[in-house]
Amino acid sequence: MRLLARLLAAVAAWRAVRRGAAQDRAPLPPPPPPEPDPRARRVGARADAERLVAALLIACGLCGVAFVVVYATSANTQLLGAAAGLALVLLAVALAVASFAVVPQETAVEPRPPLEAPAEVEPAARELRDVGEGVSRRGLITAAAGVAGAGLAAAAITPAASLGPRAKGLGAAPWRRGTRLLDQDGRPLRAAALVVGAFATAFAEGADRRELGSPVVVVRLREDEVHLPAARRAWAPQGILAFSKICTHAGCAVSLFRYPLDQQTSKTPALVCPCHYSTFDPRRAGRVEFGPAGRPLPQLPLAIAADGTLVAAGPMSGPIGPAWWGVGHS
Amino acid sequence: MSDAARDPVAEPIRFVDERLGAAKLIRGALDYVFPDHWSFLLGELALYAFVILVATGTYLALFFEPSTTQLVYHGAYGPLHGVQMSGAYASALDISYGVPAGLLLRQTHHWAALLFIAAIVVHLMRVFFTGAFRKPRELNYVVGVAMLAIGVLEGFLGYSLVDDLLSGMGLAIAYGVVLSIPLVGGQVGALLWGGQYPGSVAFEPRLFIAHVFLVPAILATLIAVHLAMIVRQHHTQFRGPGRQEHNVVGTPMWPAYALRSLSWFATTAAVLVLLGGLVQINPIWQWGPYEVAQGTNGAQPDWYLGWLIGALRIMPAWEPRFWGHTWAGNPFFGGVVFPTVVFAVLFAWPWLEQRFITRDFATHHLLDRPRDNPWRTAIGAAFFSWVFTVFFAGAADRILVSVGIPYETQVWLARGAFFVAPVIVGVAAYRIASELRRSDLHPLRGAVARRVVRRPDGSFATVADEVEPGAG
Repeated sequence: MRLLARLLAAVAAWRAVRRGAAQDRAPLPPPPPPEPDPRARRVGARADAERLVAALLIACGLCGVAFVVVYATSANTQLLGAAAGLALVLLAVALAVASFAVVPQETAVEPRPPLEAPAEVEPAARELRDVGEGVSRRGLITAAAGVAGAGLAAAAITPAASLGPRAKGLGAAPWRRGTRLLDQDGRPLRAAALVVGAFATAFAEGADRRELGSPVVVVRLREDEVHLPAARRAWAPQGILAFSKICTHAGCAVSLFRYPLDQQTSKTPALVCPCHYSTFDPRRAGRVEFGPAGRPLPQLPLAIAADGTLVAAGPMSGPIGPAWWGVGHS
Repeated sequence: MSDAARDPVAEPIRFVDERLGAAKLIRGALDYVFPDHWSFLLGELALYAFVILVATGTYLALFFEPSTTQLVYHGAYGPLHGVQMSGAYASALDISYGVPAGLLLRQTHHWAALLFIAAIVVHLMRVFFTGAFRKPRELNYVVGVAMLAIGVLEGFLGYSLVDDLLSGMGLAIAYGVVLSIPLVGGQVGALLWGGQYPGSVAFEPRLFIAHVFLVPAILATLIAVHLAMIVRQHHTQFRGPGRQEHNVVGTPMWPAYALRSLSWFATTAAVLVLLGGLVQINPIWQWGPYEVAQGTNGAQPDWYLGWLIGALRIMPAWEPRFWGHTWAGNPFFGGVVFPTVVFAVLFAWPWLEQRFITRDFATHHLLDRPRDNPWRTAIGAAFFSWVFTVFFAGAADRILVSVGIPYETQVWLARGAFFVAPVIVGVAAYRIASELRRSDLHPLRGAVARRVVRRPDGSFATVADEVEPGAG
């Protein structure tokens, strides 16, 4: 019953809105008649305003000189800005006072002649059409002009292809089986240097550090925390995991690591990108836990060499960086 | 020779007139009438900010070195001595610390860019809510919206040039957005950057030539077209005494308006130079040089990209992938689809309104107030609040730091507000506008008032009387 009453009320309200909507579309009344004529002209500057304008303009010039002096002595940014800014403030005030209290004040009415000249439309169109007058092979010439345009356009746009290589190398990374992990200073990263909860950035040995596929994040978790799929069981010796540092969302560096200090209250370990806060779970092979990233962080299989340094046990698990049409292939 | 020939004012006019026939043109320009209303200054503000941008930008370009070639820094800024960085970043540091007045002009340039786009946005809203875009001004409206889009791009190119950590993060995101475009994204990205991000050494000079030549030339051309169309059509004006569709009432260009406008220019320049000198902006020496392996928390772009970072952040993790292809990378939705929808609505609005709301095909030179067309006001308020919701979502990490609302909660709230906020704002705006409109059309309808009348003999009497509609 109450539901029915509410429904009726809603229908009534909706109809009221509809009625109101019709009213709201009604045209506005015509503008008021041109009475009184707003035209006015007042001449005669106020003497105090004239003196004020002169004083302001002189002060403006002095501030300009002050700018030159500051430039020649200290070139202090704040003083330069204050001098130039003050000069402009004084100029602005002088011009405003002059505009409102010195020069003749006038409210004028300018006619606004109609823009259009409808009588000229058809003659103009006729003249344009006249191009085909007495021409019998209009279709042929138009088609030929189309061929010329298309050919020239293709020729004009082709050099743009030299701008860059083809998209083949996108998502590639320099990691191979046995590539050593180097730290920020170029020294081999040792497994023993990473305690549980550690977070480090490493680069592929022998690769340009500015190459997108080079940087990886290396984290160490407790071994019982790590839940990798069966095929990746061996990728995390002693709970040490490595993932591409380039976010799979938009290519920023995944430079935040959340690691719980208190298991009761903190959230689970996560790798977070500071650009759009894509959050990846390092325990579960870099799965997306929150945020906009569309696929997991590519994982780098690790091994510990005989001398205790970390090396790649194989290539990246997938293409690195943001997604593109062809990212699904590999 | 007569006195008139030696007149220092008349003589140059005569000189030009006898050669180009310009006296009539000059007189027309001097008599050109500007309506008196503060909201007409918003467009001028954008124009003057552009002038400041060109002036300061030209100066900066004389010192800036658009190169990503790596070097070890030993320039004017001591704390970064010995750090490896690009030539671009090193020269931006030297502009800030080594070139006298360099920092003043760099900061003024940055502030002017922020103001330029802010002024365009507010100007656009003024034009929108007053119906100034209606026939015959649709073309000029379209040019204006195009300048907004190009201005946002130009600003992004500018702060990307510097190659500090923040600009590199911004470019990485731009690369991610380009790559996410269906089918061609990978190819376009490889073309623009000359390979996988951060790309070849050719990329930085490309960015530079786009920022200092291509895009400013397009903007300057569009500004010229915008102004030429205004001069041809004359300004719109609000309703008022003597103001008709076929006239313009206001202050003539010469002398009062010219002085007023120059004063406004000096005001704009003063505020920007004072900001540039006294209020720090984008202290690149604190961010450090960009490395692909580095990022910083709490990074925020310039304000006018906030709506795009917000869209990228609230888009859920959805990346349609089937038949062996990623059909659209996730950044496509926030970085391409959302801004495309926003600008498509803006571009199409004059025709959408004409077709679906007003059915009004007439020419209008008199402006509406927001209340005069409640449907336009409601849809406009809903639309802008929709964009602002996304804008605020882009600041969720800052809100987390200052207010403490968990980030994830804010993202979910923003996802809800994305759908709910425009409806609430639209309905509220509609109600307010239509109530105001009705009370305007029928002031004090049905109200009964008492009049006190003084009789000829000096005594008073009260008379009950119904106030006539329109008399109030």
